[in-house]
Amino acid sequence: MSDPMNEIRASFFIECEELLEALQDGLLAIDGGDTDPETINICFRAVHSIKGGAGAFGLEELVRFAHRYETVMDAIRNGTLTPDRDAMLLFFKAADLLSDIVRASQSGEQLDAATIESTLQDLEALTGDEGEAEAEEEAAAAEFQPMTLSLDMELPSADDPLGSKYTIEFAPEPELFKSGNEPHHLLRAVSETGTAEVSCDFSRVPALDEIDPEGAYLAWTIKVETEASKAELTDLFDFVNGLCTLEISEETAETPEETGPVPDLAPPPAPEPEHAAPPSKPEASAKTTPPAAKPAGGQSGGPSANATVRVDLDRIDRLVNLVGELVINQAMLSQSVAAAGLDSNSQVTSGLEEFMQLTRDIQDSVMMIRAQPVKSLFQRMSRIVREASGAIGKRVTFVTDGEHTEVDKTVIERLADPLTHMIRNAVDHGLEDGPTRLAAGKTEEGTVTLSAAHKSGRVIIEISDDGGGINRPRVKQIAEDKGLIPPDQDLSDTEIDALLFLPGFSTAKEISDLSGRGVGMDVVRSSIQALGGRVTIASESGKGTTFSISLPLTLAVLDGMVIKVAAETLVVPLGTIVETVSLQEGDIQRLGPETNVIHIRDVFVPLVDLGAELGYRPAPTDYEGRVVLLIAQEDGSRAALLVDSIEEQRQVVIKGLQDTYGRVPGIAAATILGDGQIALIVDPVDLMANASGKTGSPSDDLQLAG
Amino acid sequence: MSLSILAVDDSRTIRDMLTLALTQAGFEPKVAEDGVHGLEVLEGMQPDAIITDINMPRLDGFGFIEAVRERDIHRTTPILVLTTESAPELKARARAAGATGWIVKPFDPNKLVKALNMVAGTGTA
Repeated sequence: MSDPMNEIRASFFIECEELLEALQDGLLAIDGGDTDPETINICFRAVHSIKGGAGAFGLEELVRFAHRYETVMDAIRNGTLTPDRDAMLLFFKAADLLSDIVRASQSGEQLDAATIESTLQDLEALTGDEGEAEAEEEAAAAEFQPMTLSLDMELPSADDPLGSKYTIEFAPEPELFKSGNEPHHLLRAVSETGTAEVSCDFSRVPALDEIDPEGAYLAWTIKVETEASKAELTDLFDFVNGLCTLEISEETAETPEETGPVPDLAPPPAPEPEHAAPPSKPEASAKTTPPAAKPAGGQSGGPSANATVRVDLDRIDRLVNLVGELVINQAMLSQSVAAAGLDSNSQVTSGLEEFMQLTRDIQDSVMMIRAQPVKSLFQRMSRIVREASGAIGKRVTFVTDGEHTEVDKTVIERLADPLTHMIRNAVDHGLEDGPTRLAAGKTEEGTVTLSAAHKSGRVIIEISDDGGGINRPRVKQIAEDKGLIPPDQDLSDTEIDALLFLPGFSTAKEISDLSGRGVGMDVVRSSIQALGGRVTIASESGKGTTFSISLPLTLAVLDGMVIKVAAETLVVPLGTIVETVSLQEGDIQRLGPETNVIHIRDVFVPLVDLGAELGYRPAPTDYEGRVVLLIAQEDGSRAALLVDSIEEQRQVVIKGLQDTYGRVPGIAAATILGDGQIALIVDPVDLMANASGKTGSPSDDLQLAG
Repeated sequence: MSLSILAVDDSRTIRDMLTLALTQAGFEPKVAEDGVHGLEVLEGMQPDAIITDINMPRLDGFGFIEAVRERDIHRTTPILVLTTESAPELKARARAAGATGWIVKPFDPNKLVKALNMVAGTGTA
């Protein structure tokens, strides 16, 4: 086991993420008009807990920020501050900064202190007493002083190594017992500081019939010889200060300095002026004051206490893998039962059906373990919206929907970048500026909506804005100007929208520092495709644009087309296949000595022979009647992949090859089919990119025909 | 015999740290996440001392201490309050609610153990 403190530190940062999420939720609720006092309490506690943990690990920057943030938040809590819209934006900004500082504390990097300080000052200006806040800050800092000072104070006693003799007169009051203190333990603690002689004064004990069982009648005199200072001895009695009569006097050899008896309730005498003696608290001894404390907002907002177990990701992956095996095994069993020709009503068959159902359920449940709600991702996006709209001075409302939709953890992680880009696009390009919106009869404030939902076994994430929609003539013009498409082509709306995904396309009239250059929608699309997803656009002029991302629920299972080439069985991911074509006479056109293209719907598409590329067999010479799969490449172009036959369409469990074989060009992974055969999963796009394109010479007939 | 301790704090980090510090010192800690949970856990144990945070959801530290004190067998069970502020009013309020003593967060494990020994003994006597 590693250092337990390191583990706790790691778990502290995980907890911080949860607390930051709760803070975001709370702020959003308040922003949305929630006035339940418990909501601000939740926010306050979140920041407070971060501060508490940070203190334990000496993360000073975090403690400082959280403390000042919490102080301002406290003003909302006690009703002296009612935040308006702008104030809420500041609170959000501070929450964002807080999460930055948490991350910086974890990684040890440095943040720009000026930004932090200016945000804090803006925030503190809300309460209208910056000065006071700072003074409080200093006061808080000063609270830590006593430790240092008391260290100094030990110095004099170091001059006197033999220690000093003290006489302690200690007489508990009944309240001392009520508070749960126990003189016995106190006396022992005093004795442990040196050598002590304790005597008890029974003189106040009344006759038995007069004894109040809960009264306090005993008093003790302790003569102790110790190296501890008087302040340290006084500290021992900190908890009972005000609940007893306490008198500590030092017996110096020359002049036994007597300190007068300390009256009840008074702080212990502290002749050393700098010593921050335990502050007197007369209120404390108002013995039976009805406690002012009330349970904080007991009615609502109980913690959504999800009992959780933290599990190593490796273990889950192992389980996912094993379940994959189980699915394969079950398919094999079904196949052999079917091959045995058993009656469909037989017990074996019905048992097997139940087995199949169970396997599915187990598979789903295991996938669920890896699934996480998209909420955290959506929260990150709300920050992107705030920052993006702030940077270009647009007012934007961000609406999220379906944030509890669960998606594979890896998918969530890898969605962050493409989503960020799309959200920025929506704010920057999608929404018009305020005046334009007003002129178009819309509200000045634009809306960007991010939603997630499960639909037919996939996750659909939509980013929509209520902006002006895609300016299609302009998009087409730009594509023509940039030479991405030939001029004067007749394109449908969908085809024009698809131009946005072409590499090197950017419609912003001026490059703002937001969506900027570098990453285009082409990169967004390829990263979504890498997750087995698709992006589509729907846009209506004047009403807005919606980008839909459709993703598989998990990365462990894939919809594939099982094909045969030579004697090999292979799987091609269904998502990459646009259509399948049976070649007719005349479809094939010779391009070079060994390369051919096929002519399909007035477009020429390069032909790649899967069998030849993978070296299973030489390229055929006769293509008539053969089957090709039209593959969509990332740049939108297509290529035809020649296969021998199509077997079936099915879900396959992905088995990685990377660990064992490294990267194999053109091959994405492998799977095990129902009959126990291993089949490689082709990565058609990669294969096309590295293809030799050799397809052999077509027969003379075909040449003549062409 | 080691002392059994009930520690109530809504922060997992602080609970973990308390558990670590207490276990290392030879105590037997049990933890709870808030006041309500603390009272539930208390049903099943007879701790030698209780440590509680103040700021907690559902039932805060003050409310928790009051509820504990209302139970006859816990009228004198030592209760230490964990607080981030060492402000005198907080101590006063804690005592008014029935707390025995207090520990300032971030706590030093040694001081924590000393404070516990101070209110609950060493478990040897």
